[in-house]
Amino acid sequence: MFGKLTLEAVPYHEPIVMVTLAMVALGGLALIAAITYFRKWNYLWTEWLTSVDHKRIGVMYIIVALVMLLRGFADAMMMRSQLALATNGALGYLPPDHYDQIFTAHGVIMIIFMAMPFMFGLMNIILPLQIGARDVAFPFLNSLSFWLLVAAVVLMNLSLGVGEFARTGWVAYPPLSGLEFSPGVGVDYYIWALQISGIGTTLTAVNFLVTVLKMRAPTMKLMEMPIFTWTCTWANVLVVASFPILTAALGMLTLDRYLDFHFFTSDGGGNAMMYINLFWAWGHPEVYILVLPAFGIFSEVISTFTGKRLFGYKSMIYASGVIAILGFVVWLHHFFTMGSGANVNAFFGIATMVIAIPTGVKLFNWLFTIYRGRLRFTSPVLWTLGFMVTFTIGGMTGVLMAVPGADFVLHNSLFLIAHFHNTIIGGAVFGYLAGFTFWFPKVFGFKLNEKWGKASFWFWQIGFYFAFVPLYILGFLGMTRRLNHTDNPDWTPWLYVACIGAVLILFGILCQFIQVFVSVRDRKKLVDESGDPWNAHTLEWATSSPPPFYNFATTPVVHDIDAFTDMKEKGIAYDRPARYAPIHMPRNTSAGLIIGAFATVGGFAAIWHIWWLAIVSLVGIVAAFLVRAYDNDVDYYVQPAEIERLENAHLAKLAKA
Amino acid sequence: MSQHPKAGHAAHADEGKHGSVQSYIVGFILAVILTVIPFWMVMDSNVSRKATLIAISLFAIVQIVVHLKYFLHLDFSTEGKPNTFSFLFTALVIVMLVGLSVWIIFSANALMM
Repeated sequence: MFGKLTLEAVPYHEPIVMVTLAMVALGGLALIAAITYFRKWNYLWTEWLTSVDHKRIGVMYIIVALVMLLRGFADAMMMRSQLALATNGALGYLPPDHYDQIFTAHGVIMIIFMAMPFMFGLMNIILPLQIGARDVAFPFLNSLSFWLLVAAVVLMNLSLGVGEFARTGWVAYPPLSGLEFSPGVGVDYYIWALQISGIGTTLTAVNFLVTVLKMRAPTMKLMEMPIFTWTCTWANVLVVASFPILTAALGMLTLDRYLDFHFFTSDGGGNAMMYINLFWAWGHPEVYILVLPAFGIFSEVISTFTGKRLFGYKSMIYASGVIAILGFVVWLHHFFTMGSGANVNAFFGIATMVIAIPTGVKLFNWLFTIYRGRLRFTSPVLWTLGFMVTFTIGGMTGVLMAVPGADFVLHNSLFLIAHFHNTIIGGAVFGYLAGFTFWFPKVFGFKLNEKWGKASFWFWQIGFYFAFVPLYILGFLGMTRRLNHTDNPDWTPWLYVACIGAVLILFGILCQFIQVFVSVRDRKKLVDESGDPWNAHTLEWATSSPPPFYNFATTPVVHDIDAFTDMKEKGIAYDRPARYAPIHMPRNTSAGLIIGAFATVGGFAAIWHIWWLAIVSLVGIVAAFLVRAYDNDVDYYVQPAEIERLENAHLAKLAKA
Repeated sequence: MSQHPKAGHAAHADEGKHGSVQSYIVGFILAVILTVIPFWMVMDSNVSRKATLIAISLFAIVQIVVHLKYFLHLDFSTEGKPNTFSFLFTALVIVMLVGLSVWIIFSANALMM
């Protein structure tokens, strides 16, 4: 009846897990009670959960990302504290069995469930606004993508309390991830969580590529699109090219585990190396998917706060394109040591080093944008400057490891761990946090508190160096990754320093949550009526903050790369149009949420081999999709009278401000 | 909203071809043929190993083109640039991903066998 699922799947004997679960349960109950007490269920359902508005979906993506940041960071704190305690032969407080799940969960969460939703959240909110669109090309699909991500997040978190998570590291290489060495449900949680969120990711990328090609304001040429839109577009090209590889690789691993296939096991002629190859053919483009939109955010921030046009707009676009294409032919550098021979290693090593060139082009473009500008040192700018230094160091250690000979020494050492945290935190995460602060007033109509924002930056920045420079040194001292305890006295002081660094980053994260709290409390004082608090260049700032659900009352007319600056210079930015035309808008739908709910149940059933439930879920998904497909009442027109009412309210506020 | 009850359908009028039953059947039959022949070659034929590998690769590439043409309705004629990009993209993926993967795995095999 319940497949492999029994009551013993709940880890009663693990105090850390049970206390966490109790706290999560209490928090969840408090949240439900609060929503019920304030009678917000109806509002939540109609305005948020069933919304197809790209701005609302974007906000929900970022909420998911921040929640998962907390969980992923809790994992990080546990690892750093375990390694600081378990030195000189001590065993620490996390047994290997639990510790291995933690480092796997940390990697999966931070990449798939923190960075990706944060990036897609910012893209959802800003990209359609930047190109003067009313929404994305397929609003229902957008809602579906989000709910598939939520389904995956729920599965990921269920693994904490029901069963276990994978102990394989976030790459889940066979044969370790095969049935023989991982007979439990951990790897199955991993497979289904990644598979379901991966489908959502692919759909999102298709959606946004079509949006960029078909939904732009008709007067906006491709080479007039804002730079953030361009870098997101390159990232989406990479998603479309690479995520199907992950889907296929995980699909084959599923067949190996469920139906006794032998794609990746040596008996029956399988080859585990093919999994490694396919995993990184997705995995490497994935890190460029994360970092390219961040590059776009830095470009927007720097050109806005210097009050100058971005230096080398076209070269930025071409450099992003070159990074995207080269990023697709370097994946072997993750397994130089697999033994494909000198020629193969040389090809991929050189391709990897070449990526430094377009990245360097971008860096110099940012520097030249600052040159002779009047840089305002706001917190988004601090994140950007911190990025320029930190990411460059990360890039240089990357080029170092791109030399196959050096990689044979550094492979799987903490030097590698330091390198990729250096690029992903210093590149992608700093970028998202800059974008969060930069676009927050656009989404909510008030700015974030600067004092706490700056405090957060300095804690993050200093904490980062304390946490990861020791790892570079430990790598050189010969410490490998994924160790549970150590007994080398030379390593001990560096492990202590790294733990202090993690605590400093914890303060940085706390400052951010305090920042949001303080800003919401002082929202009257921080309010921005103009819709353009930073005197920015691009179209998202041309509409009110928060933007009306239809984004723009009339489709903007674009004559320049910095379309909004151009309008302000001509004095037509806030002109009232002569008349309003009806606006075609999509209706909200619960179909995405329902399909996501069935996907959650179906994934859970597949993990525990509850086959009747899996079939029920699959039928539910198909049925919900068919109902939606035959629904003809999916759109409506906003009438000019209503547009006029909303626009007049906005213009009245503008006149006061 | 009441003024434009058919808005959802009108919006579809200007989109590209959706294919006919006939084109789907042609695509389906071609896909089956292109799948069955390589299967047969692997399962029980006396063709040499090398020839089998080359043949499977060729059938796979033709299979991709068949899918693009009959199921995704892409061609070089009507809509111009975006469709051509799709084909270029396909070629790029075949050359880069498949080509380089084959090189990687063959090199590893050659050194370890």
